[in-house]
Amino acid sequence: MSVTQHDMLKGFQRPSFWKTLSWFDWLWAALAVAGAFYAYGYASRIGMPMNQFQTGILVGVTLALVGLGWNWKPIRILSLVVAGTSLFAISLYGTNLNAGNQEFFLKYMLSGQSAVMWMSALFVGATFTYFGALFSGSEFTGKVASALTWCAVAMGLIGLMVRWRESYLMGVDIGHIPVSNLYEVFILFSIVTALLYLFYEGRYRTRAMGGFVLLVISAAIAFLLWYSFERQAYQIHPLVPALKSYWMKIHVPANFIGYGSFALSSMVGVAYLIRERALRVNPQGLLARRLPSLELMDDVMYKSIALGFAFFTLATILGSLWAAQAWGGYWSWDPKETWALIVWLNYAAWLHMRLTKGWRGAPLAWWAIVGLGVTTFAFLGVNMFLSGLHSYGKL
Amino acid sequence: MSNDAPIARKAQTPTRSTILLEFLGSMNLAITLLAATAIASIIGTVLKQDQAYQNYVIQFGPFWFNVFKTMGLYDVYASWWFLAILTFLVASTSVCIYRNTPNMLRDMRNFRMGVKFKSLRAFHFNRQWEPDTDPETAVAMVSSAARAYGYRTRQKDHGDHVVVAAMKGSLNRLGYIFTHVAIVVICVGALVNGHIPLKLRALTGSLKIETKDVPASQVPKSSWLSVHNPSFRGSVTVPEGSSVNLCFLQLKDGFVVQPLPFTIDLKDFRIQHYATGQPKSFESDVVIHDPKADKPVKATIAVNHPLTYKGYTIYQASFSDGGTHEDLKAWPLDSADLTTHEVKSAVFDKVPVQTSKGPLTLELTNFRMYNINRVKRDGKEKFVNFGPSFTFKLRNAEGEAKEYNNYMAPVEQDGRLFYLSGVRSSEAEPYRYLHIPATPDGGIKRFMQFNAWIHDPARVRKVAEHTTQETFSQAKFKNEQMARQIVDTMGRLVSVFGQGGFAAVAKLVNQRVPKDRRQKVMDAYMKVLQNVLGSLYVDLLRHDGVDVSNGLSQQNAQFYDDAINAIAAMGQYGAPFFLQMTNFKQVQASGLQISRAPGQNVVFVGFVLLIVGVFLMIYVAHRRLWFWVDKSEGRTRVLFAGTGNRNQRDFELEFNKLRDALDSRFRSD
Repeated sequence: MSVTQHDMLKGFQRPSFWKTLSWFDWLWAALAVAGAFYAYGYASRIGMPMNQFQTGILVGVTLALVGLGWNWKPIRILSLVVAGTSLFAISLYGTNLNAGNQEFFLKYMLSGQSAVMWMSALFVGATFTYFGALFSGSEFTGKVASALTWCAVAMGLIGLMVRWRESYLMGVDIGHIPVSNLYEVFILFSIVTALLYLFYEGRYRTRAMGGFVLLVISAAIAFLLWYSFERQAYQIHPLVPALKSYWMKIHVPANFIGYGSFALSSMVGVAYLIRERALRVNPQGLLARRLPSLELMDDVMYKSIALGFAFFTLATILGSLWAAQAWGGYWSWDPKETWALIVWLNYAAWLHMRLTKGWRGAPLAWWAIVGLGVTTFAFLGVNMFLSGLHSYGKL
Repeated sequence: MSNDAPIARKAQTPTRSTILLEFLGSMNLAITLLAATAIASIIGTVLKQDQAYQNYVIQFGPFWFNVFKTMGLYDVYASWWFLAILTFLVASTSVCIYRNTPNMLRDMRNFRMGVKFKSLRAFHFNRQWEPDTDPETAVAMVSSAARAYGYRTRQKDHGDHVVVAAMKGSLNRLGYIFTHVAIVVICVGALVNGHIPLKLRALTGSLKIETKDVPASQVPKSSWLSVHNPSFRGSVTVPEGSSVNLCFLQLKDGFVVQPLPFTIDLKDFRIQHYATGQPKSFESDVVIHDPKADKPVKATIAVNHPLTYKGYTIYQASFSDGGTHEDLKAWPLDSADLTTHEVKSAVFDKVPVQTSKGPLTLELTNFRMYNINRVKRDGKEKFVNFGPSFTFKLRNAEGEAKEYNNYMAPVEQDGRLFYLSGVRSSEAEPYRYLHIPATPDGGIKRFMQFNAWIHDPARVRKVAEHTTQETFSQAKFKNEQMARQIVDTMGRLVSVFGQGGFAAVAKLVNQRVPKDRRQKVMDAYMKVLQNVLGSLYVDLLRHDGVDVSNGLSQQNAQFYDDAINAIAAMGQYGAPFFLQMTNFKQVQASGLQISRAPGQNVVFVGFVLLIVGVFLMIYVAHRRLWFWVDKSEGRTRVLFAGTGNRNQRDFELEFNKLRDALDSRFRSD
C-alpha cells in the first residue's frame, strides 16, 4: 500500500455547498438581486417607496428565487422569460390602459386577460398531450406535453404580472397584487399546482403522472373560463379596506402552495389506485406497465402532502395573525377559519397514520382523494354556501 | 415499521394510572379526537352561530329549538362538549409528549453504540467489505467519510470490535416535540383568552345578561363586569365628538357591560372612496384619556391598523350614523293649503306630529351621505352617486309604522329629474319608490302646487265650470242643469283621484255602474278627468309665467305625465306629507371593537413552535449510520449499515454515494 492515510481520507471531503455553485449560479443570484434593486428603485422613483414590510417581502422573495434557482435549474429560464416578457408588455402599455385593446401584442397575447386565456388553452392542450404520451408511449409527445405545461405556467405568470400593472394603470390607489379574488387565485392555483408537478416530474424523471395532475388543473381552468365569461370575473376591482394589508401578499400564496400540493397528491393518489388495480386485473396491460412504480407514487403523495401541510400550517397561522390585526381576534370560528382547521386536522391525521402507524399505499391514496374534496370545500364551498367575515371570493 | 413508534417498554403489571395513560396516549384516541373536532367544527359552520334566538325558533320550531339549545348548537365552540373534546385532545397530546419526549431527547444524543452485528446485517441498507487495511485505518476512513457527509460520529472500542456510529438531523426529533407542545400551548393560550369564567358566572347567575335594548346607564349593576376583567372582546359605537369608557359584550341572547379604565374620545370619523364609489378606507381619529397617564394619547385607527393601549386593542369594526342634524321641510300632500312645516331634528330623534291622519310619531332612523348605485346610462352600466338620503319611520297611535327613504337631491332618470322617496311596511321588503317630478332647475314647488290645486275643490270647480262652458258653447248647447251635473261629477272625480289615484276612480265605477257599462263609463270618466287635470296644469303653467300660447313643450307635457303618475301612486304612499331635507350636518359614529387577550402572546409562541416544528419534522431527516469494524479470520472486516426516518429515496441516494466512495477505497489494489 503506497497511499498514506491522509491521501485515503482526502477523497471523502465533500465540497461545501458554496463550492458546488458554478459561475452560472452566481450570475443567477446577481440577476435576481439586480432585479430586486431595480424594483426597489423603481418604487421610489414613481413616488411609492417601499415600507419596511414591503422591503422585507422583497428580500424574502429574492432569497427564495435565488435558492429555488440554485436547486431547480429550469426555474431560472422560466423566471427570465416571465420577467422579460412582462417588462415588454408593461412597456407596451406605457401609461395608457387602453393600449390593451389597441396594441396587437397586448390584445392577442400579453394583456392580463389574453395571457390567462393562453395559459388556459395551453394547460388543456398539455393535459391531452400527457395522456397521449402515456397511451402512445412516445417520448417525444411527453416532451411536448412538458413544454406545453412550462409555457402555460409562463403565460399564467405573465398574465398575473401584467394584470398587476394594469390594476395600477386603472388608478394608483386601485393597484394591488393580483391575489385578491377568486379569479386571480384560480390562476395562482393552476400555476402553483403545475410548478409542483413539474418539479416532481424532473426529480423522478417520469411524465406518466402528468395527465392526472393536469386533469385537476383543467378542471380549475373550466371553472376559470366559466367565471370569466359568465361573470366577467376578469374585471379588476379596487380592494375593500379589510384586504389592504401586506399580510395578503404572503397569506394567499402560502395557502395556494398548500392547496396546490393537496390537489397534486390526490391526483397522484388516483394514478396510484389505477395502477394498483391494473396490476391486479391486467398486469401486462398498458397502465400497469407505463405508470410509475407504486413506491414512487406513494413517495410523491407523501412528499406533496407534507409540503402542503407545512405551507398550509404557515398560511393558516399567517391568516390568524392577520385576523388578529383586521378582525380583532386571531381566531373567530369564522366558517373559512373553521374549514381551514378541518383541512389541517384531516392532513394532520393523514400524516400521523403514515408516519406513526406506518400506513402506506391504497388507504392513504383514497384518503388523499377525500382530502381534495375537503380542501375544495374549504376553498370554494365555504364561499358558495356559508357566509362569514372571509367573504372576499364570493361566487 | 416506523422509527417514530415509541420504543416498546418492558411489560409491567398495569396499574390504573398506566391504563389511563395508555388510553390517553394512544394514537387511536388521538385520531378519534382529531376527527371529532373536525365534525364538531363542521356543525358549527353549517348552523349559523350566535344568531338571535327568535331566528332559531322560526327556523326549527319550538321543539327542535329547545333540543338544539340544550345541545349548545347555537354556540358550538363554547359548548361544554366541544370544550370537553378539546380538553381530551390537549390531554392526549400532553400524554404523548410526556411519554415520548424523554425517548426523543435520548434518541437525539444516543449514538446507539451497542448495536449487534446481526441486527446491522438485517438493515435494508447495508454493505460489507474486507479491505486490506488494518482496522485502525478503516475506522479512521469510515469516520471521516461519514463526517464528510455531515454526520456527527462517535466510536467505541468493544475489545473484539470497534463501532463507529454516526448520525445527523436529530433536530427532527425536536420537531416532534415542538409541534406537539405547540398544540398544547395554543390550546392553553386560547383557554386564557376564552370567556369561560364569564360563561360560568352567567351560568351560576352571579352575572345577569341584559336582554333589553337599553343604554348602558340603565343597565343594572348585576350586568356589569369588573374593570379588571383580564380577557374579553366587546364592541361599542361612538358618535363623532362623543366619548365612551365602556363596551358591550354579546352573550347568548343579550349583552353585558364591560367598563374600561380609560375614555375613548372620537374626534373624527372618515370614509374615503375610490373613484368608482366603493369604500377605500374607514378611519377614526381618537384620543385616549387615561387618568393614570400624564398625557392623552392621540391615534388614528383604521381597518388593519388597530391601536394597542396598555394591553387593550382597539379596532375599527364598523360605522353608522351618530345623530346627523337634519333640517326638514314637510310638504302637505293631501291639502289645498301649501303651507310647509319646518323641523330641525337629528337622527335617532322621535318627533310627535299632528297630521290630517291624526297624531303620528316621526322617528328619524338613519342618514347616508353616499348612495352609490349601479345604473344603466347610454347603454353602459355605471356607478352613480345619488347623493345623501335619510330614513325615517312614521308610526301611528296603534304602533304600526311605515318606513321611508328620501333622497335629498333630485335624481336624473332618462333625462328627467325626480325626487325619490321609498316606502315599505317592513324591513323584509324592498323599498317601492315614489317618483316626484322636479322642474329642470331641481324645484319641487311646481309639483306640490299642482297637487295642492287638485286638493282644492273651489279651484277645481272653477276650472271644471270653465271647461264645461267652453265645450257647451263650442257645441252650441245650453242646459244649466246638465252643466252643473257635469261640473259636480268632474269635481268628485278629481277629489277621488286626489285621494286614491286611478285605482280609486276604478273602484268608484265598479261600485256604482253595472258590469256591462263599466268600461264605457270608465273611458268617459278618464277623458273628463284628464281634461280637468290638463286644464288645471295649463293654468298652473300660466301662473308660473310659462308661455303656453303655442301648446305645451315636450318637456312640460312629460312633466304632466310624471306628475299624474306620482299623484296616482300617492294612495299607496301612505304619508300625508313629503319630507324634504333642505340641509344637514353629518355626524358619524364609529363602531369600535375592543379586546383584551393576555393569552394572545402565548398563542403566538405556540404558532412559532408549530411552524418551526412542522418544518423540522418534515424536512429534517434523522439519519443514522453504523460501521462495525473487526478482524475476522485474520482479515479486517467492515460492516456498513444505515437508516433514516424520512425521505427514504434521498437517504438511499446518500447511502449509495457513501457506499460507492468507500467501495473504491476498500476494493483498491
